Amino acid sequence: MSKVYIALQDNDESRYIVEAIEEDNPEATIIHMPAMIRIEMEGRLTVNRETVEEKMGRDWDVQELHLNLITLGGNVDEDDDSLSLHWNE
Amino acid sequence: MPVHAMTPDYKGEVLDRLENFHGNQVVYVGWDHHLMFCAAFAYPVPPEMPFTALLNEVMPDAFGMHGEFEKINWEKAEWLLDGQPFIPQLDVSLADQGIAHKSLLRFQTPELTGFKGAGV
Amino acid sequence: MAKKLNIKDKYRLLTRDLDWEYSYEDRKEAFPFEEFEGIKITDWSKWEDPFRLTMDSYWKYQAEKEKKLYAIFDAFSQNNGHLNVSDPRYVNALKLFLTGVSPLEYQAYQGFAHVGRQFGGVGARVACQMQAIDELRHVQTQIHAMSHYNKFFDGFQDYSHMHDRVWYLSVPKSFFNDARAAGPFEFMVAIGFSFEYVLTNLLFVPFMSGAAHNGDMATVTFGFSAQSDEARHMTLGLEVIKFLLEQHEDNVPIVQKWIDKWFWRGSRLLTIVAMMMDYMLPNKVMSWKEAWEVYFEEAGGALFKDLARYGIKMPKYAETIEKEKEHISHQAWWTFYTHGHAAGFHTWIPTDEELDWLSEKYPDTFDKYYRPRWELAKEMEAKGERFYTKALPQLCTTCQIPMLFTEMDDPTLNSFRDTVHNGERYHFCSDGCKDIFEDEPEKYVQSWLPVHQIFQGNCGGPDVENVLSDFYRMNLGEDNMDMKGSPDEKRWKQWKGVA
Repeated sequence: MSKVYIALQDNDESRYIVEAIEEDNPEATIIHMPAMIRIEMEGRLTVNRETVEEKMGRDWDVQELHLNLITLGGNVDEDDDSLSLHWNE
Repeated sequence: MPVHAMTPDYKGEVLDRLENFHGNQVVYVGWDHHLMFCAAFAYPVPPEMPFTALLNEVMPDAFGMHGEFEKINWEKAEWLLDGQPFIPQLDVSLADQGIAHKSLLRFQTPELTGFKGAGV
Repeated sequence: MAKKLNIKDKYRLLTRDLDWEYSYEDRKEAFPFEEFEGIKITDWSKWEDPFRLTMDSYWKYQAEKEKKLYAIFDAFSQNNGHLNVSDPRYVNALKLFLTGVSPLEYQAYQGFAHVGRQFGGVGARVACQMQAIDELRHVQTQIHAMSHYNKFFDGFQDYSHMHDRVWYLSVPKSFFNDARAAGPFEFMVAIGFSFEYVLTNLLFVPFMSGAAHNGDMATVTFGFSAQSDEARHMTLGLEVIKFLLEQHEDNVPIVQKWIDKWFWRGSRLLTIVAMMMDYMLPNKVMSWKEAWEVYFEEAGGALFKDLARYGIKMPKYAETIEKEKEHISHQAWWTFYTHGHAAGFHTWIPTDEELDWLSEKYPDTFDKYYRPRWELAKEMEAKGERFYTKALPQLCTTCQIPMLFTEMDDPTLNSFRDTVHNGERYHFCSDGCKDIFEDEPEKYVQSWLPVHQIFQGNCGGPDVENVLSDFYRMNLGEDNMDMKGSPDEKRWKQWKGVA
């Protein structure tokens, strides 16, 4: 199965987003590179608003992800509660 | 289809046609397996120039920077003109021996293998 | 209190009423570019934008990105950030970026503004409009970021003029001209899909991470800020492809041909990025080959597996492209090194540690084919005869790159291809570039090949030096030549108090 991926700028906000991704996607691989964090996972990866809000301790709009996003790979599915990436195979 | 255009029978202007070169034609010359020179050289030269002038007056300036250039035995060098084996006639003009505008001449010197034998 | 709209409803309202039936005008005249490429659209309403970004959110998030970005530029500049880069050689990668890449952002802006007008579907128009504004933001932020370097280093002063004229910059310029001169659907497959989805990642992700690793916070920040828009662009690119393929089966072979063309053209264009990664970043993050494997082979492979259900295959020449990852960065840097007198930035022989790093990263090719070139260059430099080539190179008619690429089964032999069209002979670096020409010769007979233009007397002269100084506006002795002994190097040593 192919890997989807997402890369975020390495900063304080992303730290919580990455924690949330790790919690909701235990199979995900987190790769730290200079100034960025790349997260890969086979098949499907989801960022849930609720988990991110819990980690940040504040309201978080899924579209705020755009502020720290560097790149992604996979078909995007976004609504008010989550953003997910997947490949059709 | 010559082009996928909105205009029927679209024709492009040929930027590199011979008459744009003020009496010269372009000839490319490359030395196979000598990548000290990254690519073949392009020379603007008159079509009536004899081959010997290309070889002895035009080429040595740039090719001569290679240590093996002066060791070339030109009688044994093998030539390709636009991909076909070719025997240059030294005193005949470029045009008269089929070296046309934008022709590519390549020469091969199998006994000379480049800097450190690495094709450089 | 009214219930807050969810993003799906908001997006539906944004695009509502932006389109209408043409009752008294001919719809074809309103969208004159929509049909000539042979693409068949049966229902524009099937267009899906997965991000469903509405204009109000767009402005809100973009403004926030800008505030963060300019705060960093200010801090960088107030803190004399240029003194913190790893090595002054690094700055030359930025000169190439500003002259070769930033003007492409402007071309992308022009291209998306154009197709954003020409598409009949409102969803596509909105997405292209946002992307056009993004691209304009990218060129502006890049100019701002690099204006700081312009105060301290040579070679940044005339990037826009140089982009239009300098021999090696005709490569990126003509790439975008080709895409913009095509119809709107080809433009979207060329730039929206092939370029944005796979290829820009290689420039904006590993290279920018490299900028951070070399102490350049300004560049990494504009790079990642631009790339945050890019994630949206990539998604648009993928949606375009899926939309075209789902609209009509007749679109499949047309789209496949464009994918073949633009992946090839894109991989040729990225030769310059390959060289920037392997040779111009003094602190290394990853090799070009490694970056290629992650972002092209792995990410692109997954993408094409996903598209297989539409009958789309991997781009033609993918096998050649795979072999070339071992070679092109080395072939390109040697070309620039040997043409260092005619480049608007400095070149150099890699240090011994860098040569060893290259051997380690390219165990099958570097020592065998490329290290000997640097040994030759060192020998010549030691004799006081730094090698600058003395004649102009043959160029490929399609990609306009000097014919520096070699056969992959014989890497010491240049790859030559040619064809005759209407009695004129045309030369190419590869089968890929030749096929592109042969599909549309009337387009590429118009290639503005810098070497031929010099010979025709269209670039001033009479000598190459006059072309460089007057037509290209390079400050000779300052912008060009080796890093060693350059004014850039002298100033750096002064700042750092090194003899």
